[in-house]
Amino acid sequence: MKTILYIIQKEFKQIFRNKGMLPIIFVLPILQLVILSNAATFEVKNIKFGYIDHDRTSTSRALVEKFNASTYFNVLKNYPSETLASSDMLKGNVDIILQIPQHFERDLQKEKSNTLGITINAIDGAAAGVENVYISQIIKNFNKNIKTDLVQVSDTQIQPISIETIPLFWYNETLNYKTYMVPGILVLLVTMITLFLSGMNIVREKEIGTLEQINVTPIKKSQFIIGKLFPFWVIGMGLLSVGLILARLIFNIPIIGSLPLMYLYTSVYLLVILGIGLFISNFTDTQQQAMFISWFFVVIFILMSGLFTPIESMPKWAQMVTEFNPVKYFVEVMRMVMLKGSGFSDILTRLLKTVVYAFIMNGLAVWSYKKTN
Amino acid sequence: MSDNKVIQVEKLTKMFGNFTAVNAISFEVEKGEIFGFLGANGAGKTTAMKMLIGISNPTSGKANVAGFDVFTRAEDIKKNIGYMSQKFALYDDLTVKENITFFGGIYGLSRTKIKEKSAVLVEELGLEAVANKLVGALPLGWKQKLSFSVALLHNPKIVFLDEPTGGVDPITRRQFWEMIYKAANHGTTVFVTTHYMDEAEYCDRVSIMVNGKIEALGTPRKLKEQFKVDNMNDVFLKLARG
Repeated sequence: MKTILYIIQKEFKQIFRNKGMLPIIFVLPILQLVILSNAATFEVKNIKFGYIDHDRTSTSRALVEKFNASTYFNVLKNYPSETLASSDMLKGNVDIILQIPQHFERDLQKEKSNTLGITINAIDGAAAGVENVYISQIIKNFNKNIKTDLVQVSDTQIQPISIETIPLFWYNETLNYKTYMVPGILVLLVTMITLFLSGMNIVREKEIGTLEQINVTPIKKSQFIIGKLFPFWVIGMGLLSVGLILARLIFNIPIIGSLPLMYLYTSVYLLVILGIGLFISNFTDTQQQAMFISWFFVVIFILMSGLFTPIESMPKWAQMVTEFNPVKYFVEVMRMVMLKGSGFSDILTRLLKTVVYAFIMNGLAVWSYKKTN
Repeated sequence: MSDNKVIQVEKLTKMFGNFTAVNAISFEVEKGEIFGFLGANGAGKTTAMKMLIGISNPTSGKANVAGFDVFTRAEDIKKNIGYMSQKFALYDDLTVKENITFFGGIYGLSRTKIKEKSAVLVEELGLEAVANKLVGALPLGWKQKLSFSVALLHNPKIVFLDEPTGGVDPITRRQFWEMIYKAANHGTTVFVTTHYMDEAEYCDRVSIMVNGKIEALGTPRKLKEQFKVDNMNDVFLKLARG
């Protein structure tokens, strides 16, 4: 026990003495949280909208006005011809072109139906899909008003029948993207920093030769590893705290669930990550190798965590792979507890899986660390 | 085993794949002896030493260090030996005192003992002025003397020194050897590798390794007689050139 304290003391001294590392540990994550949370958004906004109005009537103008009124669309221009519009889309000056046919108003009144031509730049498929939904909603809305008008004009007795869905957005009523992203990005930061730090730490001692000096001492493997990992565990918990405070103060993210529960889960989760870091450093000889391998895992962990893309839409095999992704569980737990207020029993399965994972990774780490080669 | 033999090695061998780095070496070292372990670069000195200090598994043979078998009791050996590697292996980003505290702590010394020891050590080495400075800022000679002292912190039975005076100026080398003598006088066995043949003359006995084998073993005087030369340098040249 006393031996462990000596190692912990030494590690903390080295960490706080390393002027290059301190900002990386404490300042960069904060910057990343602030920047990423604002930038990493799937909300489609400021859509560049152009139209070709062949009709030039009050109805067609009213339709365009609907788009203008929407905060999602920037109505840029009325194109005189299709060729001009499509060449502008090629240049990327416009994302959506709405074509209003000739006699739009007349046909609408006479035949009570009409077609609009819409061209969407669909290079980003997801964004195009979202844009399509926005457009449909605006047109549907426009339709409803027009119908009422038409009904009055044509003086028929038939009432328009339509089924409307009124969605209730639970847990994030305002569909605020940040509410969804901030807990996830917090996970990302805690994971990256602790994995890199622990992965590089022991390999660094290998590089400078001090590990050999440690290996000729009677220190026990477990003492050394606990002493080495504890400081990074503390840093990880510290990062979580800083992140939560920022999430509350800057982004006003609700923290509905219990804080102790989040800390409990994180404390176990960090053991998994530190175990992985240590395992990596046991199999590498230089910090460079350790860095590359850590990056490899971090990228896979993050892209397959459900942080940016829903796991449900991944192929079956990929979904199976995500079962082995600790980041996935952390993202889920953080979102569940922070946004839904899930309790202990809700996250129990995930917690248990993480505990097992921690045992396996640290077992492997202790096993693969050899004092005698 | 007799009480006086602190290192007993018999046909100790280390193979890396097909390459035999250490080829069936046998020797004994007595308590309090200064044993010079010589050899050209790549002769297998460091590999042999790593087997004796328990950080490298031998391929075959027998070895007993400080009363423990290297195959089965490596961790017990580690309690009884000190080691100073070729490469400076204290922490550059810790101060002199912090390094002493850390290694003292790892060897299980008590806080008071560590304090006592580090005060004595700092004084003996004349490091009072820099005791709270980072080790990285010290000149190499001072670093080496400090490493040696740290290797002796826990009063080991044997101290292994791998080229301790490489790159060090002649005055510091002289001081270093005075420290070695002092340790030996206290009963510590010193196992030292070196490339400086004048240092070989200071040893009680030396062995000379060539291509993984011990080709000569004895007191410097005996070796000089055996090879009919008048200094260790010529003994070495005769052997190493084959």
